[in-house]
Amino acid sequence: MKSLLEIDNAVKTINNDNQELNILDGINLSINPQDFIVVLGTNGAGKSTLLDAITGANTLSSGKILLNGDDITSTNLAKRSRYISRVYQDPKLGTSPRMTVAENLLLAKRRGLPRRLRLRRLNDHMKEFASFTKDLPTLDNRLNTFTDKLSGGQRQTLSFLMAIIQKPELLLLDEHTAALDPQTSQELMELTNKVIIEKKLTCLMVTHNLTEAVKYGNRLIVLKKGKIVLDLDNEAKSKLKEQDLLEYF
Amino acid sequence: MNLIISTISQGFIWAIMAIGLFITFRILDFPDMTVEGSFPLGAVTAVILIQHGYSPELALLVAFIFGSLAGFATAFMYTKLHIPSLLAGILTMTALYSVNLRILGKANMSLTKSDNIFNRYGLDKLPVNFNGIILGIVIIAIITFLLIVFLNTEKGQAVIATGDNETMAASMGINTTMMKFIGIMVSNGIVALTGGLIAQQNGFADVNMGIGSIVIGLSALSLVRLSTLMFHLVPDLLRLQLVRSSTA
Repeated sequence: MKSLLEIDNAVKTINNDNQELNILDGINLSINPQDFIVVLGTNGAGKSTLLDAITGANTLSSGKILLNGDDITSTNLAKRSRYISRVYQDPKLGTSPRMTVAENLLLAKRRGLPRRLRLRRLNDHMKEFASFTKDLPTLDNRLNTFTDKLSGGQRQTLSFLMAIIQKPELLLLDEHTAALDPQTSQELMELTNKVIIEKKLTCLMVTHNLTEAVKYGNRLIVLKKGKIVLDLDNEAKSKLKEQDLLEYF
Repeated sequence: MNLIISTISQGFIWAIMAIGLFITFRILDFPDMTVEGSFPLGAVTAVILIQHGYSPELALLVAFIFGSLAGFATAFMYTKLHIPSLLAGILTMTALYSVNLRILGKANMSLTKSDNIFNRYGLDKLPVNFNGIILGIVIIAIITFLLIVFLNTEKGQAVIATGDNETMAASMGINTTMMKFIGIMVSNGIVALTGGLIAQQNGFADVNMGIGSIVIGLSALSLVRLSTLMFHLVPDLLRLQLVRSSTA
C-alpha cells in the first residue's frame, strides 16, 4: 500500500543552555491511509514537535516529510493546512472566541483555500451546519452562540468539527481530550473514534491516557527522547495491556 | 450653543479616526502607535496638495494612501523583522516626524486657499459648523458601510480570525501576515484621512498635531464600549426594578 505520509530521518535540534538538544532524533515513520495511530510519550519526548513538523508550524533541522509522495518539507503551514488539520490540547486554541459557532465552521470549511474579497454567505450554509451538529447535544441549536460563551468541552467539540468539516487527508489530535473532565473527555473520544471510522480518516493522535491508547486506534507508537522506541501494529496492539506501557514512562 | 455645535462638529470628524483605531486595537488586537505619526502625515499631505492647487478630494485620497504606507512600514517591522508591536509603531511614528517636516517644509502651514472640502457641495451654505456635522456623518456612514461589508467577506473574516486567535487562523490556512498588513494599512489610511479632514476643518497643518491623537481615539473606543454596556445594563436594571416592585 502506498503511504500517505512518510517521515524520513526527521531531526529537530534546539539550543538549550548552549547545548544542542535533539527534540526529534532521526524519526522514520510511514503512515498508511486509514491508519489511526496513537502516539504516547513522556513530556518532552517530542510528540508535539513531531505534530508541529508535520503541520509546518516548525521546520525540521534535517530530514524529509513526504505527503502522497510529494516533498512538503519546505511547504508552509497555510498550504499544508489544505490537507492536514489539527486539534490542539487547549480548547481556546482551536476556535475564534468573537465568532459564532456557525462562523467558526464556515471559516473551517474554507481551510487551506484562498480567502477572497467576496461575501461569505453564512445563511447559505446554516442548514448544512445544523445537520452537522444535530446529533451533538452539546452544540445542537447553538449555531448562533458566540464561542466564548461555550464551555471547554463544547469548544473542543467545535474544534474537532472544524478539523473534519472539510475531510482532511491527515487528522492530527494533540491530546485533544486532556483538558476536559472525564465524562466530557470520554464523550469526545467516542465521537472522535466514530467519525474516524465512519469517514475513513487517517489520524495521528497524541495522548497521555493509557486507557485511550490501548482502546483506540490500530497502531501504537511510543516516543522517548525524540526516538520511536515502540511501534506496534493492530495485532500486537490488541494483545497489549495498560501495564505493559508503564515501563516506557 | 455655538460651542456645543462646534464640539459636535469636531467630534464627528475625530470619530472617523476611532473607526481606524477600532480595526487595529479591537479587531487585530494590535496596539498601534503609528497613529500619532500617520494622523499628521494625512494633515500635511492634504494641506500641501491643496496649497499646490490640487482638489481637496484628491488630497484626502493621497492622505489615505500615504497613511496606508505608514501602516505598511509598521506591519513590515512587526511581521517581517519581528520587532514588538509597540516598538514598531513608535519607530514609524518617530520616523514620520521627519517625513512630515520634509513634506511640509516647515513646522506648520495654514491653508491660505479657501477651497476645501468643508465649503464644497453646498456645505458652505449651512449654518456655522453644521458642515462638519453633515460631512462627518456622511463619511462615517460610508466608511462604516464599507467596513461592515468588508468584515462580512471571506477576507474580512480572515482578518477577524487573525486578531482573535492567530494559532487557529494559521491552522485554517489563513495568511496571518497578510491579514495584519491589510488591517494595519487600512487603519492608518483612515487615520491619515481624518488628519487630512481635521487640517481642512481647522485651516492648518502642524507636524505636532498628532500628539495625543491616540488618546482621543482610544477614549472614543472606551466610550463606545461603555455605552454598549449601558445599553444592555439599563434595561436589565429596569426589569429588575419592575420585578422587585411587583413582588413587594
